[in-house]
Amino acid sequence: MTVIIDYGVGNLFSLKSSFASIGEEAAVSRDEKTILSADRVILPGVGAFSDAAAKLRETRLDRTVKQLAEDGVPLMGICLGMQLLFDKSYEYGEHEGLGLIKGSVRPIADVIPKGLKIPHIGWNALDIKKECPIFKKIKNGDFVYFVHSYYAADCGDSVVATSEYGAPLTAAVSSGNVFGCQFHPEKSGDVGLAILKAFCEVTR
Amino acid sequence: MITKRIIPCLDVKDGRVVKGVNFKGLGDVASPVELAKFYSSAGADELVFYDITASAEGRALFTDILVETAKSVFIPLTVGGGINSVRDFDRVLKCGADKVSVNSGAIRDPSIVSEAAKLYGDQCVVLSADIARVDGAFRVFAKGGRENTGMEAIEWIKRCVENGAGEIVVNSIDTDGVKRGFDFEMLKAVSDAVSVPVIASGGAGCIEDFITLFKTLPKVDAGLAASIFHFGEVSIKDLKEKMAEAGIPVRL
Repeated sequence: MTVIIDYGVGNLFSLKSSFASIGEEAAVSRDEKTILSADRVILPGVGAFSDAAAKLRETRLDRTVKQLAEDGVPLMGICLGMQLLFDKSYEYGEHEGLGLIKGSVRPIADVIPKGLKIPHIGWNALDIKKECPIFKKIKNGDFVYFVHSYYAADCGDSVVATSEYGAPLTAAVSSGNVFGCQFHPEKSGDVGLAILKAFCEVTR
Repeated sequence: MITKRIIPCLDVKDGRVVKGVNFKGLGDVASPVELAKFYSSAGADELVFYDITASAEGRALFTDILVETAKSVFIPLTVGGGINSVRDFDRVLKCGADKVSVNSGAIRDPSIVSEAAKLYGDQCVVLSADIARVDGAFRVFAKGGRENTGMEAIEWIKRCVENGAGEIVVNSIDTDGVKRGFDFEMLKAVSDAVSVPVIASGGAGCIEDFITLFKTLPKVDAGLAASIFHFGEVSIKDLKEKMAEAGIPVRL
């Protein structure tokens, strides 16, 4: 079973519905035992990095997530959930992340030309950089839906795909069984559902 | 590069989709859930559900329909109509909405915009403005376009963006239902004034109207329409193919 971690950040309705629509059982939970016994785990998130990181620590689920990664349980961070996987974020100050993937989260404004709107919101094409099990059904140029003002920088060879918005912005990353999508697969139509389906086929 | 969005709007009353011409003379079209699924598979980039119900029964029905839709449609879903408090934001977000559009509610109490932006983020708060020319000036109208508030439209929009509105729907009452094209003058005035995404609404009658819109005003991010999609006068698939041929970035 897939477990979607509920640490009080964001709306999990669409995510839960999208798993139901692809015929995969998904539970929303904040219980450590339930999460650690899952076949795979989703770390969602919207809002500010520091708030979300604080909530993960308060609920002690930060340790649970690190344990999952250590155990090789397939783990996917979505949007802010992806950003939390990195070493740190420079969103309003400097905040420590989970450190599961090398890199840092920085303002989009630092790399894109002036005049482009922020947040980067809407449908953008994927430019695939490396093979990844969750992208096995995805073609170069497929469109996914983004809403974000910060992006993952310096992530080296963990980059799976980027999207062009005045600069190539990290769209997806992977390192071992840890995956991250900056876009919202649960809002990216059939392309997004294919990514979630492929994630459900990744095993320990 | 980010694509231009095509957004069908579904006005929902008592559980059914309706669309008025100049906001009057409503006619029944179809089941909102079925229509939403149809548009999603036809390539719509986003959907707007507008609740034009006045009664509590109608509101409950709308909420049920929203849940049904959000369970089966996996593209962004914006909900508007009857949003008068942060509680209303909470109500529709819990039913699966991704963004909430506020209009008369913000006119009555402008603090809704800032409160909701703080709680849910700017990207969640859409300001919808019904605007018409009155003695040569753009004025904001309330109550579905029936009441002139006397407020200057551009100032109103700028103020809402400062308070956290993450997107603006510009609905021109002057061109709504007329089907002779979008209101370029009004849209230019708004997109020059703000740096958040601007969604054009009111006046689309054919594919060419959308192409002219994005060619003339590249700062406009999306085009919204209702009846021309509902009655099959414009198919979303054809529209997006023609946009791509015209060199407009679009998701195919």
